[in-house]
Amino acid sequence: MIVELGHYALVLALALALVQAVVPIWGARIGDAALMATAGPTAAGQFLFVALSFAALTWAHVVSDFSVANVFENSHSLKPMIYKISGVWGNHEGSMLLWVTILALFGALVAVFGRNLPPILKADVLGVQAWVAAAFYLFVLVTSNPFARLVSPPLEGRDLNPVLQDPGLAIHPPLLYLGYVGFSIAFSFAVAALIEGRIDAAWARWVRPWTLAAWVFLTLGIAMGSYWAYYELGWGGWWFWDPVENASLMPWLAGTALLHSAIVMEKRDALKIWTILLAVLAFSLSLLGTFLVRSGVLTSVHAFASDPTRGVFILAILVAFIGGSLTLFAIRAPGLTKGGLFAPISREGALVFNNLFLTSACAAVFFGTLYPLMLEAATGAKISVGAPFFDATFGPLMVPLLIAVPIGPFLAWKRGDLLAVAQRLAAVLALAMAGFAVTWWATRGGPVLAPLGVGLALWLVLGALAEVAFRVHLFSEAPRNALRRAVGLPRSAWGTMFAHLGLGLTLLGIVAESNWRIESILVMKPGDTVQVGRFSLAFDGVVMRRGPNFDEAVAGFAVRDGGGRPFRMEPSKRTFRARPMPTTETAIATYDGFSQLYLSLGDTQADGGVAMRIYWKPLVLLIWLGCVAMALGGCISLTDRRLRIGAPRPHRVAAEPPAGDPQPAE
Amino acid sequence: MRLPAVAALALLLLSALPAGAVKPDEMLADPRLESRARALSEELRCLVCQNQSIDDSDADLARDLRLLVRERIAAGDSDRGVLDYLVARYGEFVLLRPRFNLQTALLWLTPFAVLALGGLAIARGVRRRAAAAPAAPLDDDERARLAALLAEDR
Repeated sequence: MIVELGHYALVLALALALVQAVVPIWGARIGDAALMATAGPTAAGQFLFVALSFAALTWAHVVSDFSVANVFENSHSLKPMIYKISGVWGNHEGSMLLWVTILALFGALVAVFGRNLPPILKADVLGVQAWVAAAFYLFVLVTSNPFARLVSPPLEGRDLNPVLQDPGLAIHPPLLYLGYVGFSIAFSFAVAALIEGRIDAAWARWVRPWTLAAWVFLTLGIAMGSYWAYYELGWGGWWFWDPVENASLMPWLAGTALLHSAIVMEKRDALKIWTILLAVLAFSLSLLGTFLVRSGVLTSVHAFASDPTRGVFILAILVAFIGGSLTLFAIRAPGLTKGGLFAPISREGALVFNNLFLTSACAAVFFGTLYPLMLEAATGAKISVGAPFFDATFGPLMVPLLIAVPIGPFLAWKRGDLLAVAQRLAAVLALAMAGFAVTWWATRGGPVLAPLGVGLALWLVLGALAEVAFRVHLFSEAPRNALRRAVGLPRSAWGTMFAHLGLGLTLLGIVAESNWRIESILVMKPGDTVQVGRFSLAFDGVVMRRGPNFDEAVAGFAVRDGGGRPFRMEPSKRTFRARPMPTTETAIATYDGFSQLYLSLGDTQADGGVAMRIYWKPLVLLIWLGCVAMALGGCISLTDRRLRIGAPRPHRVAAEPPAGDPQPAE
Repeated sequence: MRLPAVAALALLLLSALPAGAVKPDEMLADPRLESRARALSEELRCLVCQNQSIDDSDADLARDLRLLVRERIAAGDSDRGVLDYLVARYGEFVLLRPRFNLQTALLWLTPFAVLALGGLAIARGVRRRAAAAPAAPLDDDERARLAALLAEDR
């Protein structure tokens, strides 16, 4: 009964979405305030019903109701509770239900927090949001119904794919979807502005926090997915340029560009048309990602996503929304007013530079991911595009951008002075060069580019710190004054610092891990000892253990760091009883804060030895901690005063940002 | 989106015995040759997998290819020679870094074309708008008003 209620609630949500898709926008066109006012309550109601629907499916998973096909196929009565709950979205139908739930959540949030939005804009935004929602409710109901019942319910379920039985599943997809779907708000705002045919600075103030929030979630979601792959897959890689990963990287790149161009639009009323286009593109790329993952177009190997009807349905949604919004853009864009003149060397210029390179890098990922499909469709020729291609294109496109990152925030709006910036950054440059020289000297004979990478990472980290140091006059005034200024500094400036610093940390982690990791792949027998870097590892054999729904072969190691006391590390292999499919459970120990010793157990050899992969990964944790710092920067920026107090009312549009600091920056 | 990739891998694990890709018994004794083999392995696609290099893959075919690469290297082939040999046997599909030719020119050039054309468009836009709206110098009246405003502010 509860399951049927969930199904029915989803149908009701669709009905509400259809009302919300038509009535408020119609009201906005004929100027009827009552019709426009329906947007808020319908958005809230929609969320309520979808949430009920999601709760119903969760309930079915929690109580292991195997009469529901989705539960039968993806659950098992012995599965630990955390995986019963996270298993709700560990499959196609459930994950699409999560997708629409988050979409409705964002719509409801706009309805609640958008009280002081201009009524016409609010009606249009929520109307567009409802178009997207209605399309995806239909998709779920027509092609991916999670509430389908089985005629003769089996006693036991087939269990969740073992690789997904990991805490990563509880965190990664929700974060990623919050990011993906969050860009729908920027999209709805952009389309609403295009429908109305006008955009002002208030528009940018509204769009930026939503974009920022989505970006924070997407950043964390991607980082979490990368770390999950790193510890779960067992060969120590953390990014594979897999099409599925690229599908999440593309919206991230476009979203990052959007964040930066929205700053220019908000502060200087320039780049309006481009910002609108980016808002459309960021969500279009999210939809494309959903299509790539859900349709099975990437070849058949994907575990869930091989039914062509689904692919065609999502493709239709994709074409309708991307095509429609771009057509609208083509019609409206020429009529939008241009604003804000600026010299090439200026903060605006730097942000344009950022957008140019991020867009090109996004194009590299886009073409690398889709070109094999396009070529095969057009000529039948099959080619592969993998990591070496992306290293050769994406890499070179990122380097100029990374070099420019510390310079941008130092440039003044409208007209900047590169020479003055160079003087301010001279110390940072000197330190980065010193870092390069020391690394080069310490690793003579090693990889040639690695010391340059370290220098670039230092340039980013120190440059981010220097920007704040200069703005609070750290070196030119008494510490007390500097502290006072630091407190008064806009939060967005701190946000910029953390985000840019995080980028440097991630780069440092990538450079160190890819150039100086130590790898040892060997067969070990009980009693064997192996030296990896500064560690000696003694293997004392494999024991079997029983888990709740799996059996586990555990290899025991006594590890010594130099001459220290030994400690145990236990990599294992699990075989799940419901699905005889093995998974690797790596053993990871963190040293010196950020470096890791990584043990992964392979199969047993004929002679009784076990194959082992042992890695020493210097500074590897920085890759993800840097992403966390970026996300933290986004969160701090979200608390900035001008976002807290919301969009200015029309008569205050011209008001300058709070006094105290000459040029509040992002 | 890691999750389906993880799931895809799970499928692969079904079809092949689990272990992390390169196995100890496959490796060449000479570390210099072995490191060349590893580098080449990263450039080669496991033909039956979803976007995995033979260095990462557990599939039987990947193992065969790894052995083949090592065989060619041991026989004295250059890196280029090994790749040519594999392309002759398996086609361009085996290369994870497509060779630059007429078919792949669009792929290789588009990102840089976006950069170049975007840069040109921006440069033109800046020049045109600078020409369209030259910053007129203040006349006497405006200068007086500015001074008055500044004085008021103080």
